[in-house]
Amino acid sequence: MSTNNNNHRAPVSQKPLKVPKPQDTTTIGSMISIEINEKKFSVPFGTTILEACRDNQIYVPSLCHHEDLCIAGVCRICVVEVEGMKTLQASCAFPITQQIKVKTTSERVRRARRHIIDLMLSEHYGECYSCVRNKNCELQNLAGEYGVDGFTFGHPEKPVFEIDRSSYSVMRDMNKCVLCRRCVRTCIDIQEVGVLEAVERGDKTKISTFFDRPLNDVICINCGQCINRCPTGALFTNDPSDEIWAAIDDPKKHVVIQTAPSPRAAIGEEFGMPAGKSYTRELNTALRRIGFDKVFDTNYSADLTIMEEGTELLLRLKKKLVDKDDSVKLPQFTSCSPGWVKFIEHFYPEYLDYLSTAKSPQQMFGAITKTFYAQESGVNPEDIVTVAVMPCSAKKFECNRPEMTDSGFKDVDYGLTTRELAKMIKEAGLHLPELPKSDFDDPFGEASGAGLIFGATGGVMEAALRTAYELVTGREVPFENLRIEACRGFEGIKQASVKLENVKTEWKFLEGVDFKFVVAHGTANARKVMEMLKAGELNDVHFIEIMACPGGCIGGGGQPIPTSPEIRKLRAKAIYEEEESLPIRKSHENPHIAYIYEKFLTDGPCGHISHKLLHTHYTKRGDFIV
Amino acid sequence: MEKAKRNGLVLFTDYQQGSAVKKAVTLTRDDILFELREAKLKGRGGAGFPTSTKWMLTAAAIADKKYIVCNADEGEPGTFKDRVLLLEYPELVFEGMVIAGYTIGAEYGFVYLRGEYNYMLKSLNDYLAMMRKENLLGKDIAGKKGFNFDIEIKLGAGAYVCGEETALIESLEGNRGEPRNRPPYPVNRGYLGYPTIVNNVETLASVPHIINKGGEWYCTNGTDKSTGSKLFSVSGDCEKPGVYELPWGTTINELLDLVGAKDTKAVQVGGASGVCLNQEQFGRKLAYEDAGTGGSIMIFNSKRSMIKVLKNFMEFFVEESCGQCTPCRIGNRKLLEGVEMIEKGTFTFGYINSLKELAKTMQIASKCGLGQSSPNSFLSILENFDDEIFHSKGNGVSHVN
Repeated sequence: MSTNNNNHRAPVSQKPLKVPKPQDTTTIGSMISIEINEKKFSVPFGTTILEACRDNQIYVPSLCHHEDLCIAGVCRICVVEVEGMKTLQASCAFPITQQIKVKTTSERVRRARRHIIDLMLSEHYGECYSCVRNKNCELQNLAGEYGVDGFTFGHPEKPVFEIDRSSYSVMRDMNKCVLCRRCVRTCIDIQEVGVLEAVERGDKTKISTFFDRPLNDVICINCGQCINRCPTGALFTNDPSDEIWAAIDDPKKHVVIQTAPSPRAAIGEEFGMPAGKSYTRELNTALRRIGFDKVFDTNYSADLTIMEEGTELLLRLKKKLVDKDDSVKLPQFTSCSPGWVKFIEHFYPEYLDYLSTAKSPQQMFGAITKTFYAQESGVNPEDIVTVAVMPCSAKKFECNRPEMTDSGFKDVDYGLTTRELAKMIKEAGLHLPELPKSDFDDPFGEASGAGLIFGATGGVMEAALRTAYELVTGREVPFENLRIEACRGFEGIKQASVKLENVKTEWKFLEGVDFKFVVAHGTANARKVMEMLKAGELNDVHFIEIMACPGGCIGGGGQPIPTSPEIRKLRAKAIYEEEESLPIRKSHENPHIAYIYEKFLTDGPCGHISHKLLHTHYTKRGDFIV
Repeated sequence: MEKAKRNGLVLFTDYQQGSAVKKAVTLTRDDILFELREAKLKGRGGAGFPTSTKWMLTAAAIADKKYIVCNADEGEPGTFKDRVLLLEYPELVFEGMVIAGYTIGAEYGFVYLRGEYNYMLKSLNDYLAMMRKENLLGKDIAGKKGFNFDIEIKLGAGAYVCGEETALIESLEGNRGEPRNRPPYPVNRGYLGYPTIVNNVETLASVPHIINKGGEWYCTNGTDKSTGSKLFSVSGDCEKPGVYELPWGTTINELLDLVGAKDTKAVQVGGASGVCLNQEQFGRKLAYEDAGTGGSIMIFNSKRSMIKVLKNFMEFFVEESCGQCTPCRIGNRKLLEGVEMIEKGTFTFGYINSLKELAKTMQIASKCGLGQSSPNSFLSILENFDDEIFHSKGNGVSHVN
């Protein structure tokens, strides 16, 4: 009875220690009156001191605390005095369950904080001006706020660790690590991957991987969520902007760029603008001024993905229901999220047949650009350089997969994150919010709103439903203004269904079918879905959308830092608002999609040509790194 | 067993195996808590938290399961009294756990045994098997219908910090041994989230005698605030090192006489995390209210170099910090570097003063008792041996380790 028989690969110890807050704050005992800095406040039972302070506009610094993560209480920067207690208390970890008196800026507190910052700086190697997180670093901010003007306890002169540049996606410079363990908690709690963990003890403690292997040699899924939550520059993406600049500067190269839906909804934050506003058309101008030859919209290939993935699903349904072919795997899983794809390859390799074979929009675009576009525009595909602006670090890994060369060339040359693109725009001397607006380039100029909402969790499902429902019934989805609310929102796992009635004659086998779907985001939720599938609880489900990152792509590992539930909500809002203003909102109604099937992919969705260019296969990795 | 050789007041006295458990099951929960409160028993690990309060809180917690944990991760440098108790008086420790289980309504207990003590594992397990046979463990213990309790021994893996109760629980659960945030305390949410009592070996071993002879009797020894007796692990420069059971309130001078210590310069009370006293302070009493200790007494004579003594302690903490919180992880390293500067004569008084300030921050800002007490020896040795360290020629006396 004493053994703790769960399959968690790292401790989840601090999780159950959170004190749940009351649902109803009007019941007796649910609110507690406390005193902070001699002012009285009333807070819900179980609120931490840090939350109580911030809710009441009292600033208490923090570092290891993150809204998305479980409590750690390890950096100690948020310590405060609680009357009656000998030692200072970490405000992030102290739940208020009785009346207390708190002091947040007493002499002891200020001195302790300064000491803690000095100690961190004594082990933090590197100069701010040569750091990827310059001007967006929590340690730098703290040093500024506490007036650090020298290194009381010294400063390292030499690096101790070699930078791990092995991964296509995520780089680790442990010389800058302050051991807040946010990455550890992100990896195990939000993503349930668990490649990062604190190892050794005492002053030798460090964050490391399995047997200290480089990141490309462990089961990292490249989601980059750890980067988004790192307070310093210890974790960062593999930045290809120098190579991209070189291609732009090379007159022989024809450099085209595709921009995914999520970067445009967040890139304003890199220019000091509040979250929640899209800069789609300003971004187009910026990209042209940087020197890209063509600016394309990934939403176009998202529409293409809907056509391919939707058709694949209908074909699977037909094989199963009409041909009674039991080898067909249902439910079908989406495959647009490369973090999720690597997750299932590692953790559930026996379920790879459930995954749609359709490539992600990024990779479809690359394959189309170096074939169809080259043909249409008369540019030698050898001279084309394709860049993809993505909210994602895993896209860098994806475009380097050996199988992603169906055009005869590397389909996508570079994956560029939102953050890296913002840096390029700044380097080009542009201030994005001030730029004039311009449109995307032909022949992929127009894209539907269905492609745009791919950026938020549930978006792929909503886009697919709009098209599939109409294809099968001949009618629009029965929801006001095409809003399928069941797909929207940030609940970890959403389940719903749509009844298919009065279907067209060619889809008769679907008459009366209750089309069931599941939407999940964050791989911890993906794992739950997979366990449900294993347990046979999802046998009647038809389609499952999974995004590796919390909130979907808008919360991707390449998006502006910081991230929080509130910021992700605002980014999603920006996407949904922009979507409603678009003239075309269903993938199959995009005239450019019809055009490509007429001119190039002539045997239709899931035909031979599209199979060669737009579909892929997966690797059963398991615990091995193939 | 060589009990005859040991003389004491409480623990090292005669005890009829099973007698306390048999008596306890005839009492009510409240009776037992009352006796413990009368006895004013405090935690023997060093922190001195009232045992009756800990038990009462756990007894009052509402949960379907509760656990008793005996902290036998005796890792404080210079402490070896729990070893004696476990080897020679296991009946006291185990019966203390059974009584705790009865009192708070727990059905399971763990002994978290220091990894280095694995050589005792067999004899302890044999003893537990014997207790099961005698119906002192198992179902309906000592004939008390419905009172079930069993004990399992778990080995630690060598981390000093796992003696801290929440780190111990983490380790017990199979996780990396790191202290948890408190509150919530183990009495409310401990092992696997259930209310848990974590008591030192010696604390539990005191319980059977209190049950048999009463709280009032227990208070006849010791001082008003530190009742009963204490086991002291005496080591260092003396003729008769070993484990001594003495009443609380014994002065350091009395203890030094007893163990045959001569030419004593310094006494480290409470192990590496304790404080170091000089001759002027030898009149102080060993008691929670004066010089408190979990039992470790290290004696240094005039030939010892105090800066080397301090260096040894700081090296210990640099290695044994769990590495979780900033003040302890980096702070101890900085203190050690300061000691090395003093040793080499490359220090400035300004910097040493900054380190003293830092040490005070560590005492209040560290996450657990380890970081909060690791600067004690730094501060007390630099203060109490100021002359030797900073003002004598050649920076200290002879450099015998």
